[in-house]
Amino acid sequence: MSFIYDKLLGGKSGALGLLVLSILILVVFPLALDGFRLNLIGKYLTYAFAAMSLVLLWGYGGTLSLGQGIFFGLGGYCMAMFLKLEASSPENTAIQSTPGIPDFMDWNQITELPWFWEPFSSFGFTIAAILIVPALFAYIIGVAMFKRRVGGVYFAIITQVIAVILTVLIVGQQGFTGGINGITDLRTLNGWDMTSDSAKYLFYYINCALLITVIVLSRFILTSKFGRLLLAIRDKEDRVRFSGYDVANFKIFIFCFAALVSAIGGAMFTLQVGFMSPSFVGIVPSIEMVIFAAVGGRMSLIGVVYGTLLINFGKTTFSESFPELWLFLMGGTFIAVVMFFPNGLAGLWEEYSTPLMKKIRAKIQPSVTAKPSSSSYETKESK
Amino acid sequence: MSSMTNTDFSLSIEDLTVSFDGFKAVDSLNLYIDKNELHVVIGPNGAGKTTVLDLICGKTKSTSGSIKFLNQELTTLSEHEIVRRGVGRKFQTPSIYENLSVFENLEVSYPEGRGVFGSLFFKRSTKVIDEIHRIAQEIMLESELETEAGLLSHGQKQWLEIGMLLIQDPQLLMLDEPVAGMSVKEREQTAVLLNKISKGRSVLVIEHDMEFVARIAHKVTVLHQGKILAAGKMEDVQKDPKVIEVYLGH
Repeated sequence: MSFIYDKLLGGKSGALGLLVLSILILVVFPLALDGFRLNLIGKYLTYAFAAMSLVLLWGYGGTLSLGQGIFFGLGGYCMAMFLKLEASSPENTAIQSTPGIPDFMDWNQITELPWFWEPFSSFGFTIAAILIVPALFAYIIGVAMFKRRVGGVYFAIITQVIAVILTVLIVGQQGFTGGINGITDLRTLNGWDMTSDSAKYLFYYINCALLITVIVLSRFILTSKFGRLLLAIRDKEDRVRFSGYDVANFKIFIFCFAALVSAIGGAMFTLQVGFMSPSFVGIVPSIEMVIFAAVGGRMSLIGVVYGTLLINFGKTTFSESFPELWLFLMGGTFIAVVMFFPNGLAGLWEEYSTPLMKKIRAKIQPSVTAKPSSSSYETKESK
Repeated sequence: MSSMTNTDFSLSIEDLTVSFDGFKAVDSLNLYIDKNELHVVIGPNGAGKTTVLDLICGKTKSTSGSIKFLNQELTTLSEHEIVRRGVGRKFQTPSIYENLSVFENLEVSYPEGRGVFGSLFFKRSTKVIDEIHRIAQEIMLESELETEAGLLSHGQKQWLEIGMLLIQDPQLLMLDEPVAGMSVKEREQTAVLLNKISKGRSVLVIEHDMEFVARIAHKVTVLHQGKILAAGKMEDVQKDPKVIEVYLGH
């Protein structure tokens, strides 16, 4: 019991935060919003996966990736390839010159399904690919960078460059990827209509469940010795190295895990929005993900979910009425957050709520505040 | 060069040279340290003292020569492998994790769970907690275990870093200016601490404070321009005219 409470839920305040978030996304939103708005929230929550991956990588690990869109996109594309193959059955595509292949391939005079598309006709393979392909790609980048001790700004620039390369590749290889339009017109999942209301609700709940699972898993990582090592590496990398740790391995692991988390978000995006395109892979979405994390609080897994919701809600509202102003407003918000509240919304909450709670508690029960807080690590152990 | 014979010394450095763009920061250095020996390296600025520590712990790669620790060649190993062989190194400015508590600083340095998965499933057992308390007592920080390390005084930070090394029980402990910035009382306490912890291991210290060196050193080596100017007991070294001329005289 104490293991679950301390390690997975993050103690009292962590458990409370998770409970409030769960109630909000699992109960309040579905009851208060219509299907269209709920689907929109679902879409925003898929970005929250990417923002959470940045909490681990950037907030705790100190390594800023400006290319989380790469992994979000890879996850999304894997899912889209499966759905596209299902939508391209010979019956559905009978009017094409080569029936049975995706429509954009036919338009690009491709007459045979490329080899790397073949396995995506299997749902099991697709799920495995969503989890493995982005993590494997991150592993390759991670080994190449971290083993050579490339970090900081250089790492950020390189991830950004990779995001550009991947976008150019997807756009350029139209016949294999659907090009700039992406992979569109996805209708069914294992024969089941994805656009129906029941499907949308189900995807929304699966998305929420995965989000909560990722929060719990991340909490496990952050409360372990690994989590303290991440902070230590961020603070004094050399001291960690000269304490007998191979620092690169820790950075590679967290980069791979962050890639996996982003990829889950990408796959859920494809399912809920019904398409995937290069506009979710490149520099702009990757930087937006960093802004979500910064605004929400890069040290808070829960905070970035609120940050993502808030910024996206703002984006939808403002870009409807003042489309040309939105980018400036978002840029301004980012600068303001970095300058005035470096710990984002979560930091503000901590700053103002903790003293308030203490005051309230002191009024109700004066003895509580008088209790010494020493040796709490021992009491945690003996619980 | 690396095929030198084995010795009884804990650390034996032979013909060690490192050159940066032709400038030899350390030049054909020979240095031997025994078990239970507290060896101090002194010398003017730029003599190559810190570079010697960098070479031993693998931060800088040597151009030629050999560093053998317990008859194992270190020059070919990476930093974390050298640490795991039993070499601990304290940096010149206190290098601790400011955002973690004293307890967590020591826990992170505890030599278990050093791999990725080992650290994920590392358990804070009573053995670990007891060891942390023992070390904290030794470095006079037992009452500060819950304090965030960034809030410690400068001297306490220096002790904490020494503690972070002690918890790994290194056979060779290297300290770069351990009393820099310490008060007189803290220097006294550190001298006692160093004398205590040099038992059962070898300690290599770089220090400028001559009074402090005289209190702790079993043997002294004076470095000058990457070469050894004099070596031996502190009294003898202090009388050496060459040493007085380049280092102690002014």
